Amino acid sequence: MSEQFRDGVIVRDPFKRLSDDEIQILDKASKDILENLGLQCFNEEAVDIFSKNGCTVSKHDERSWLVKIPANVLKEAVSKAPSKVVLGARNPENRLILDADTPRIYFGSGSETNIWLDAHMETFVSEKDPSKKKQVAVYTQKRGNIERLCTAARLAEQLENLDFFIRPVNIQDEEITEDNHDVNKFYHSLNNTSKHVMAGLTSLDQLDNIVKMAEIIVGGPEALKENPVLSFITCTVKSPLEMVDDATQKLIEFSKRSLPFVVSSSPQGGSTAPIQEAGMVAQINAEILSGIALSQMVNPGAPVIFGSVPVRARMDNLHDMYGAPEFNQYNLDCVQMARYYRVPCYSTAGVGDSSVPGMQATIEKMFTHIPIAMSGAQYIHYAFGLLDRTNIFCPAQAVLDNQHIGMIKKFLGTPKMAEDDIETAMGQITKVFNSRQKLYARFTRRGLRDGSIYSHYPFEGDGSAGIIEKALARLEEILSRPVNSLDDDIQKRILEEVPGILNK
Amino acid sequence: MDSTELINDIKTNVIQGRVTSDDEGFDEGFEGKPATVELVEKALADGTDIKTLIVEGLTGGMNIVGERFESGMYLIPDMLAAAEAVGQAMDILSPHLENAGVKSKGKFLIVTVKGDLHDIGKNIVSIMLKGSGFEIVDMGTDVPTDKIISAVETHKPDFLGMSALLTTTMREMPNVIEGLKTKGLRDNVKVLIGGAPTSPEFTEKIGADVHCADAFQAVDFTNANA
Repeated sequence: MSEQFRDGVIVRDPFKRLSDDEIQILDKASKDILENLGLQCFNEEAVDIFSKNGCTVSKHDERSWLVKIPANVLKEAVSKAPSKVVLGARNPENRLILDADTPRIYFGSGSETNIWLDAHMETFVSEKDPSKKKQVAVYTQKRGNIERLCTAARLAEQLENLDFFIRPVNIQDEEITEDNHDVNKFYHSLNNTSKHVMAGLTSLDQLDNIVKMAEIIVGGPEALKENPVLSFITCTVKSPLEMVDDATQKLIEFSKRSLPFVVSSSPQGGSTAPIQEAGMVAQINAEILSGIALSQMVNPGAPVIFGSVPVRARMDNLHDMYGAPEFNQYNLDCVQMARYYRVPCYSTAGVGDSSVPGMQATIEKMFTHIPIAMSGAQYIHYAFGLLDRTNIFCPAQAVLDNQHIGMIKKFLGTPKMAEDDIETAMGQITKVFNSRQKLYARFTRRGLRDGSIYSHYPFEGDGSAGIIEKALARLEEILSRPVNSLDDDIQKRILEEVPGILNK
Repeated sequence: MDSTELINDIKTNVIQGRVTSDDEGFDEGFEGKPATVELVEKALADGTDIKTLIVEGLTGGMNIVGERFESGMYLIPDMLAAAEAVGQAMDILSPHLENAGVKSKGKFLIVTVKGDLHDIGKNIVSIMLKGSGFEIVDMGTDVPTDKIISAVETHKPDFLGMSALLTTTMREMPNVIEGLKTKGLRDNVKVLIGGAPTSPEFTEKIGADVHCADAFQAVDFTNANA
């Protein structure tokens, strides 16, 4: 496998919210939590592993144990986690390299919403003056299904600023059961995008089938190690500090097989974690580190990613609230903590509270996209098309997000100040200074054509419908492009060898 | 290279927006090759028919540039680059136009009014009009009203274009128009005004002929009244 990767953007001098001393304070607090309070663990195999590796375990109740991880044990285990994780892709040019020591950022989709929001334009007539008409976006909520998952993956394939695919809709077709859920979600994702595919695993029983599918795609077990076209997310800890049985078992299995995965935790400040920044970050950090430590006890060097999804509760309804300043604080801190432990960071940005696409959604999304990107988080998920927190996926909004993320990637690009850049600049300045008209316009031409100079906002509208109308037109054009499917013979083999796939 | 090839080459370079050989074009692969200025100089030296050169090479090239702009293929910098190439070609050709029987489309006096130093818009209008075949007399910026009036008297332009960026300086525009009336020059010249604070209402109020929101409106108006 050649060393091909998507470029991403390497952020120079990433934004730091925490001082070095504050990182130490949080590190100590997290270690104190795990050493003195401990975790309530519901998985017996994990308890055995913790015990064999120097942790104190005791029976908590009939279903769970209390695991206390001494600080030195935690430190040693976490230090074994690789600082570099490669995520493969059907198209090798779409592979990703996540390096904890390099603030190279990638943006991708998520999360598994239940609602797909379609939009179309309708003409409305003024009651006061029927000669006045206006095009207005009208929205229809639909349930997620296989067809929509395929559409989302096709869209992801074409959005040039989307670097990886986490399915943004759940599949809720009548024929979907717990047994065939996993094979269908992975197959239809992989069959419609050549970018990296990551997802949670519903049923551990299906792991062999998923691995078999991936091996057929890449050409066998060895090829899969080189090019892991898929990876997993496992949320081992239910906040606060409860290591749940099934997700922990998945962590153990992923680790044994050296399959890349995210150890994710998503406490809610104000309900399942302290709302204050220090308490939230100390707790989520402890929760994630406990999972990373377990993975390294199972298999030192297992490719894990520090998955931080801290959110804040909205106190009038206890829903998650993403368009909140604290959300940025929590997430920025987590990026720094992951960097401190030299583990790549799966971070979160681009979620809003708005339930329709447009202005509020974009403002809220940009409010998190920009700082999280500036922090240099390696793997930024939730970044495309989410609305109403993480309940709705809207493809038109994903098209807009693609534009905005492109603008962010551009502004974070490395400055061009090499000798020949200055020489070119001096040539222009001299030429224009000596001209009659004093205009630099002609020197924008090549850059405008090759995209190195930003042209203009392509969805300019009248502030209400215009932007959505244009996003819908772009969406239609994107979805009319050919689908980048798996080769026919590979599709055939998968359908023959992997049971349960609905060939829709 | 015969004259037809040379004129075609000039036309290509106008379309590419290349003034001199070190300019890049719209397409790749032009850098270092002779551009509009060098080719027009060669055409002059070779005795190429100037009228044909202007009509087929320069105007023909600009027509295609216009079409490409309309279609969205070209952006304003491409249009300006082409107009600049034509403008510089016309500077080289201007001493020879009378002998060649070529008449300018008209004379355009352009100015930024007293108290105002802003000239980006004025310069863009100049480039575009020159590229369209008008003779340009550019008086620069911060030009006192009496100087504008005497220039109209001396140059006898077909058009007077006035620009201002500030609400404080656009108040000079009616003074110019009143001055032209006093001297009996107003009916001899079409007055165009432009600049951010100006508007069609202001244009009507001060008695100018047309308000131009951008350079294209200036080109359209002058071409329609040439």
